[in-house]
Formats: sequence, C-alpha cells, structure tokens
Amino acid sequence: MSHLSAENVSVSFAGLKALSSVDLQITPGRISGLIGPNGAGKTTLVNVLTGFQAPTEGTIKLDGAALTGLKPHQVRRRGIARTFQGGRLFRDLPVLDNLEVTGVGLGMSRRAAIAEAEAMLDWIGIGALGSRIAGTLPYTDERRVAIGRALMGRPAYILLDEPAAGMSAPEARELSALIRHIAGDLGCGVLLIEHNVGLVLGLCEHIVVLDSGAIIEEGPPAAIRDSEKVRHAYMGTAANTDLPVLEVME
Amino acid sequence: MLQILFDALSLGSLYALGALGIALIFGVMRLVNFAHGDVIAFCVFALLWPSTDAMAIVFAGQLPWYLLVPFVLLCGAGLSVLCEIVVFRRFRKANPATMMIASFALGFVIRYFLLMLFSSRPKSISLLPELSQPVEILGARLPLLQLITIVATMVILIGLTLFLRQTRFGLEMRAAAENFSMARMLGVRANRVIMGAFALSGALAAAIALIFGIQTGTLDIQMGASIMLMAFIATVIGGLGSLGGAVLAGFLLGAASVIMQVMLPIDARPFRDAFVYGAVILVLLFRPQGLIAARGTKERV
Repeated sequence: MSHLSAENVSVSFAGLKALSSVDLQITPGRISGLIGPNGAGKTTLVNVLTGFQAPTEGTIKLDGAALTGLKPHQVRRRGIARTFQGGRLFRDLPVLDNLEVTGVGLGMSRRAAIAEAEAMLDWIGIGALGSRIAGTLPYTDERRVAIGRALMGRPAYILLDEPAAGMSAPEARELSALIRHIAGDLGCGVLLIEHNVGLVLGLCEHIVVLDSGAIIEEGPPAAIRDSEKVRHAYMGTAANTDLPVLEVME
Repeated sequence: MLQILFDALSLGSLYALGALGIALIFGVMRLVNFAHGDVIAFCVFALLWPSTDAMAIVFAGQLPWYLLVPFVLLCGAGLSVLCEIVVFRRFRKANPATMMIASFALGFVIRYFLLMLFSSRPKSISLLPELSQPVEILGARLPLLQLITIVATMVILIGLTLFLRQTRFGLEMRAAAENFSMARMLGVRANRVIMGAFALSGALAAAIALIFGIQTGTLDIQMGASIMLMAFIATVIGGLGSLGGAVLAGFLLGAASVIMQVMLPIDARPFRDAFVYGAVILVLLFRPQGLIAARGTKERV
C-alpha cells in the first residue's frame, strides 16, 4: 500500500531539538491529524515532509523510496503538496493566476494549467472568484484559494498547515466538509495541522500529538480526547498560550 | 500649451522607461541596479567604433533604422544578461545593500571600460537626422522624434503589459516579482525568470539610449547617470517594485520638470532640479511607501 512516511526524523536548530525521533505515516484517502501546543514542532514536521527543511536525522519516504534531499518543488512534483500558515498567496495576482502559476511550475502547459485551475476553483465552489485579486479576498476565501493552489496537479498527499486559523465556527464547518471531500472524492492523503482540536477530533481517523518535538500520544480521536498526557501537555502551557477548543465539532 | 504637454510626455517617457528597467529587476531580486545608467551609456557607444578621437567614427549608427533598433536593443539586453551571469548571480543570497554596492562597482567597470575605448570627450553624432524635422500637429510644431518617442513608449508599455499578462513567462515573472522564494518553491524557473528580467531591463535601457542619442546628438559617457538618477527617484516614488507605479511616477517627474521650467520665474529656472527634488521629498513625506505600494515588499502582519 502506498504511503508517505517520516521515519525516525529529528531536527535540531543550533543545538535546540525541534523534533526528536518522530515517526508518522500518511495514507491516500485518509485524514490524519497533527496537534500539539505552540512550538511543539508541527510546522517543522510539515517542512521536513515537503523538502523545506532537511532532517538532521531520519528519512522521508514515499512508497518506500527516500525523498530526503529533494528540493521543495521536486517534492511537490512527486505529488506532495502543502499549504502555509496564513495562506501565503501571491496577493497582487488574480486568483486564477495563483493556481495557474502553480500548474505551470509543475510542468503543465499554460492551457492545461488554466483549464485545471478553472476546474479546481469550480470544484471548491469558488469558481466566481477567478478574476479577483487574491489580496482583496476575505480571509476564508483566501484559505480556500490556498487549498485550491495546493490541489493543482492532483497531488496524492496534501498537508494543511492551520487552515482554520481565525475562522468562525460555521466557516470551520464548511472547511471540514471540503477536507472530507479532498480525502473522499480526490483520494488524497490529508495531514491536518490545527490548533482547533475540536476540528481535528471531528475529522481525523488517526491523530498524532506532538509536544516539545516528540510524539507523546497517537491513536483514534476517542483515545486522544481521553488521554491524560494530551490534556496535561495543553494545560501545562495554558498559562502562555490559548486554550484549544476541546469540544468535538460535527 | 500643446508644446508643453508633448515636452512633458516625451521627457516623462524617458524617465518612465528608465524607472521600469529598474523596477523590473528590483521586483525579481530586490536589487537596486545602479549600473542601469551605464548600460544606457554602453548602448549609445555601441553605435561607434572604439576610438579616442574627438570625431566619432560611426559604425552601427549608419545602419538603416530597421537594423539599428534591433541591434541596439540586443546590445542592451546582452550586456544586461551578462551582468547578471557574471556578477549578480553570485549575490543572489546577499542582502540588498551588498547587491546595491555591487551594482555601483559594476557601473564603474562599464563606465571606465567605455572611457578607455572612447575617452571622456563627448562626441557628436547625427543619428537618423530625418527624425529631427518638425511636424505640425493641431497648430503646434513638434519634432518628429518627440512624437516617435511618445508613441514608442506607449507601444513598449502596452507590449510589456501584454507580455506580462498573456505569456507563461510573464506569469512566472509576476509571481516571482511578488514572492520570489514562494514562486521558486512552486517550481517557477527562477534563473530564467531573472535572466528574462535583466534582458527586458537591458532592452529598455537601449531604447532610452537610442532616443537620447537621437535627441541630443551628443554622446557622453555621463549621460546614463543623469537619467538613472531621475529613473531611480521615479521607482522610489512609484513604490519600489511596482511597475505601474514606476511608469506613473516617471511621467509625473517628466511633467514636473517641464512645468517648472515654464512656470518658475526666470531667475529660479537654473535651480529647477532643486524644486523637482523638493517636490519628491514632499511626496515621500506624505506617502513613504510610494504612490502605488507593491504588496510583495510590504511587511505583512
């Protein structure tokens, strides 16, 4: 069975361990969650999985073949896409061009890139936004465009870095539905990194909890919700961070 | 009145083209290229055989215009791309100040290379003399060249806009100009985009060189520097990195210069540039981010 995996991955920045011996697996068609308090190393793990950060130790494998050492765009061409915190769109460019340039970067012809960009925007339900300048979009639409951009070229895996940050409850519900479609209809393997723990508990089949760079717990949502360790990790930092939303969202 | 309008437009055209050449490169690599003016000078002297005599020995300048124009444009693009490959590529990861100083150094190298070949004496040359003839439009007598300058600038601006909007290369360049590292991560061909920006910028420098050479009839090694200064100011008030802003500010500066030349009392006219720069300071006091701030360069919160 095909899968994307991090095996025994460690990352240190100038002696500071950001990740230590982390194992993680993502499978097509499934939604996995990655949660943990601020500074736990979630984004670092996404960076390692997508070639933005080389692991100090360990390997990233796609279907058993090592990806370690590839540049971000090479990883992207192998079907592993990501979004960034805050969207990071080309804000001066129209929405359609944001997707088109991604298609072109993947090696598509312009015509093919435009066709796929239009199809993708329609699929997400924001087909009408194609000609809007990305920087003028409301927050939630910007996030959806970022997801559309990541879905260009139909990647086998998509890593979503805090897609719901700053969203209201109804907006987050809409986003949940979209993520389900990405896994269900497109067959993507999704890794969802979120502060909104409720969203993750409601969506994911398998959840990994990081704290201070190490996995402290993993399993199905029910096990995570009841875990004393997870509760402790969040409470321990509650004084200086925001408390996560712990109620499950439907 | 019409005369003033055309003067303003044609002077503004030169500034706008210069500003555009600087903004294009700033956009893709955050480099303020002070060698741009010397690329302009180089293109002008590409019309002559190297000689230190006061008499200019015309070489390419004798070509008919349909060969002359592409020749000069190619010279500019070629030199500019060469600068990128030989010098700026090595500074890709350097901070903007380092790159700027490198561009100063490069500018000096080009200038002294010209000085060695041609000496510092200005040379007079008669390029396409038929363009200096006046034409009558709506009762105003205008040199044909002024019209051609304005029309050519419009054609260049429209052509460049279409190029940036309609071609794959243009798409990649717009993305790279806004967020180079993100574009690169998405697979945009970074080196080709940067070389393309340099080629375009060099060709724009060549266009200025041609217009300036025909207009003044004198070739001077310093000539690039004066336009470069105005063009640089135009890119700053336009909002560094914003192409539209650079063009707009270029035309505004041209207009300001011409209007002050006419409106200032006779005694104050020799100090026209001081007034123009004063106006620039005022603009920057009220809009430090430039007339049209480029989003890519703005700090995001």
